[in-house]
Amino acid sequence: MKEEEKWDLVIKPRYKWYQIDLASIWQYKDLIGLLVRRDFVAAYKQTIFGPLWYFVQPILTSLTFTFIFGGIAKISTDGAPPMLFYFGGITIWTYFSDCFTRTSSTFTSNAGVFGKVYFPRLIMPLSVLISTLFKFGIQFLIFIVLWVYFMHTTTKVHPQWAYMLLLPILIFMMAGLGLGFGILVSSLTTKYRDLIFLVGFGVQLLMWASCVVLPLSTMPPKIKAIMLLNPFTSIIETFRFMFIGSGQFLGIWLVYGFGFMLLTVFISVVIFSRVEKTFMDTV
Amino acid sequence: MSQEIIRIENVGKQYRLGQVGTGTFSQDITRWIHKIRGKEDPYVQVIEDNDPSAKGGSDLIWALRDISFSVNRGEVLGIVGKNGAGKSTLLKILSRVTSPTIGEIKVKGRIASLLEVGTGFHPELSGRENIFLNGAILGMTKQEIRTKFEEIVDFSGVERFIDTPVKRYSSGMYVRLAFAVAAHLEPEILIVDEVLAVGDAEFQRKCMGRMKDVSGEGRTVIFVSHNMTAVNSLCTECIYLRGGRIVSKGNTQDIVNQYLSTEETSRVYVDWKNGNNPGDDVAILHSVKLIDENLKGISFATIDKKIGVEYVYEILKDDYVLYPNVHLFTSKREHVFVGTNRNAPKFTPPGVYKVIMWVPENLLNEGVYVIGAALTSLNPTVVHFWESEALVFEVIEDLNKRGHDYHHRIPGVIRPILNWDIQKIS
Repeated sequence: MKEEEKWDLVIKPRYKWYQIDLASIWQYKDLIGLLVRRDFVAAYKQTIFGPLWYFVQPILTSLTFTFIFGGIAKISTDGAPPMLFYFGGITIWTYFSDCFTRTSSTFTSNAGVFGKVYFPRLIMPLSVLISTLFKFGIQFLIFIVLWVYFMHTTTKVHPQWAYMLLLPILIFMMAGLGLGFGILVSSLTTKYRDLIFLVGFGVQLLMWASCVVLPLSTMPPKIKAIMLLNPFTSIIETFRFMFIGSGQFLGIWLVYGFGFMLLTVFISVVIFSRVEKTFMDTV
Repeated sequence: MSQEIIRIENVGKQYRLGQVGTGTFSQDITRWIHKIRGKEDPYVQVIEDNDPSAKGGSDLIWALRDISFSVNRGEVLGIVGKNGAGKSTLLKILSRVTSPTIGEIKVKGRIASLLEVGTGFHPELSGRENIFLNGAILGMTKQEIRTKFEEIVDFSGVERFIDTPVKRYSSGMYVRLAFAVAAHLEPEILIVDEVLAVGDAEFQRKCMGRMKDVSGEGRTVIFVSHNMTAVNSLCTECIYLRGGRIVSKGNTQDIVNQYLSTEETSRVYVDWKNGNNPGDDVAILHSVKLIDENLKGISFATIDKKIGVEYVYEILKDDYVLYPNVHLFTSKREHVFVGTNRNAPKFTPPGVYKVIMWVPENLLNEGVYVIGAALTSLNPTVVHFWESEALVFEVIEDLNKRGHDYHHRIPGVIRPILNWDIQKIS
């Protein structure tokens, strides 16, 4: 009997549903690095202040919130300095919302490249997570500056040093959720563009439902229970708890959020890798 | 050891005509319901061949159908066919941009595809940065690019501007840089679409040279082109696609031959059998044919071989001085020359005659020419028949025989070989 020949690559109409080619993503790791660099360089070419613009948006938003919610509406910030409270929430929330918004157009905005050359499509959203991480890093730095300032000028900041070890996990969760929701939307929008219109609006709505502005402690018990089902609530509350000492640490809900994130990433990667095979025909 | 490097089995690709997206949601749901009930997709059964002019009832067409062939290591396979024959779809499937609807493709080794040059170039980045980015998109690692960087820059000829953003490049520089990156890929299998159609003559020469080097190194190349001269010079084997199916596969000569004679662009033999021959009561035309030096019918001409235009006509009346004359035009209908026979017999008795006019080798340039066939008599001048587009044929050239490495089309209506005197005078 003739021995079965060894083929390096088999191109077939349908892959098995779980076929996610992590090995080839690893082969293309250099491409991720170069795409991150491209994003960074290209975004601020021909601007005078360059990455300084990353400061402007969260500072202005925080000032607005401080003025409206802290100053006028007098909504509780769990005893934390309002500026720091809002800035903290916005910093980590922005990381998610940037990841989400940018990965949600993976297919449509890269159609030109995807239509001409093959590389694992997941490379694109993965590079977005990393280049967005730089922006987060810069904003986080300002947060730290503010944080140190408020720690020395007020007595309202009570850092929980031990919990700070959780920070990488929180960021990882935000990245995972951003990727998961983003590529899910991206996969669903290759054919029906309707969802695109919901992205910007949806992120806004989600922010209000994720305790970025209104701390969990201000919620009535019934709503609180619902809010806790939202994985972002525990992430943002934990973030503020570890740095400022406001709010509460919701250990079990954080574990739930982590599971939620893993499931989202898993489902959306499966859908994404199905769509990537033929999206060029429908995009 | 098997030399087979790519095997394609029964590959087909189906597309939906009309607007994609809107109005198909209900179909998607139906399809999904059928699927969970274990039934076949109700919309996939409509099968129609890819014939754009046919008025089919369904809006699903097969852009490719029943494609099976294999490619051996070191082969340079050309894929020819008219626009819409499915060439690009096949390349897209091979380069994994989209997947086939049915069938399977098995590949050994790394594939790199050049469906376009400069994919992923970012206008704001410098030439240097783009070399790395584009190289990585095409599948090279940073290390590979670094080792070839000097070579790439040399090849592109844009050393001076390597740190300038590519948006400031001229389009020629841009394309040169982009091709330079692609030319330095080292995959086992290289898939090339008609990227040679871009850039200036000098650059095209480089490209053709590079393609030859690649195939000379024993790598496998799949090359799609309309340019029969390029196909003829580069490829060892060819596949002829028509309406999404393989018409034939074989050695390049045969396939180019078949392609040029099948597609409407060329007509190398006309025969009026049905009685409405051109002509009058003095003479009528029977047939016009393109032949080679062995008097055999050919479907295209080669630049370094003489070309015969043979026509068969019948003289019906006595006492006429008849001059057969052959008019040669370019494809733009510029009149190149009229061939007449000065030594024609004064009077020819009725009967069927065959004349052959020989166009010498190395006179016509590569390209498409049109033959008009006429028969006239003088005193008084009467045109007995005049077929202004009796034949249409293409002259192609084997670049391997050119003797120098300028690989671009040499302009001009004709291309005679001329004598040169060269002397050193000081």
